[in-house]
Amino acid sequence: METAFTPVASTLGGALIGLAAVMLMALRGRIFGATGLVAGLLRPASRGDFAWRALLLAGMVTGPLVYRLLFGTPMELTVPVGPLALVLGGLLVGIGVTYGSGCTSGHGVCGLARLSPRSLVAVPVFMASTAATVFVVRHVLGA
Amino acid sequence: MKHLATFLTGAVFGLGIAISGMANPAKVVNFFDVAGAWDPSLAFVMGGALIVTAIGYRLVWRRTRPVWAPTFDLPQSRRIDLPLVGGSALFGVGWGIAGFCPGGALPALGTLEPAVLLFTLALIGGMLIARALMLVAARRAPAAEPNRSLT
Repeated sequence: METAFTPVASTLGGALIGLAAVMLMALRGRIFGATGLVAGLLRPASRGDFAWRALLLAGMVTGPLVYRLLFGTPMELTVPVGPLALVLGGLLVGIGVTYGSGCTSGHGVCGLARLSPRSLVAVPVFMASTAATVFVVRHVLGA
Repeated sequence: MKHLATFLTGAVFGLGIAISGMANPAKVVNFFDVAGAWDPSLAFVMGGALIVTAIGYRLVWRRTRPVWAPTFDLPQSRRIDLPLVGGSALFGVGWGIAGFCPGGALPALGTLEPAVLLFTLALIGGMLIARALMLVAARRAPAAEPNRSLT
């Protein structure tokens, strides 16, 4: 399925993601990583630790609503795969980001921005394995 | 004030994800489908995010400390090891299969789409499985590195 090429919206959205990462660093001195956020909610270091993570997450889920208020249309979300792929993919992502200590936000944005040597390895590895997986799923298995 | 600013930080991230297309699996998967319906948009998401973060971090680090914390809490490990490489590779396989990454899925929960909820529950399940496996491994080899810090 084709999707529209959106360089302006994507750059702008990316800049906002970056702004949020900078805000969290300025306010709390923390990396903005979705993996670390969820891991910290599952096993918080303290009540205060749980509270700020929960607030951050609460803010995050308002994204689609704010988008709708700003643009008058719901954000685009098309899921081209079935429930089995979502569960299998979700499990693999969960296991992978826990062992890999981060995902697209923690390694891909924050880690690369501060030239973390671990992120400089992690990002090309997961980008390559995602591309390889998509190739196999779409062009070898023909899903 | 603290609470509001933290909430707003999350909201900025969530809006950025919504605008960028990172929470739209069809778009995400097409970025990686160079041999098919290629959509290069995600490179612009990463570009925009990286420029702002790389410059913004350096400005922030000129301060001696964050506003509400005693120090900047940055991951210090430089170790390139099997969990990092293997875990990242596994993450990519899951991302390619489902089309969601954690940072895209969490804000997308706000759409109330059942698919996002299903992915997120599986994601949490996977994280708990990995934690349990790490605990078992740590018990078998007590000399091994204890709890790894997450970025």
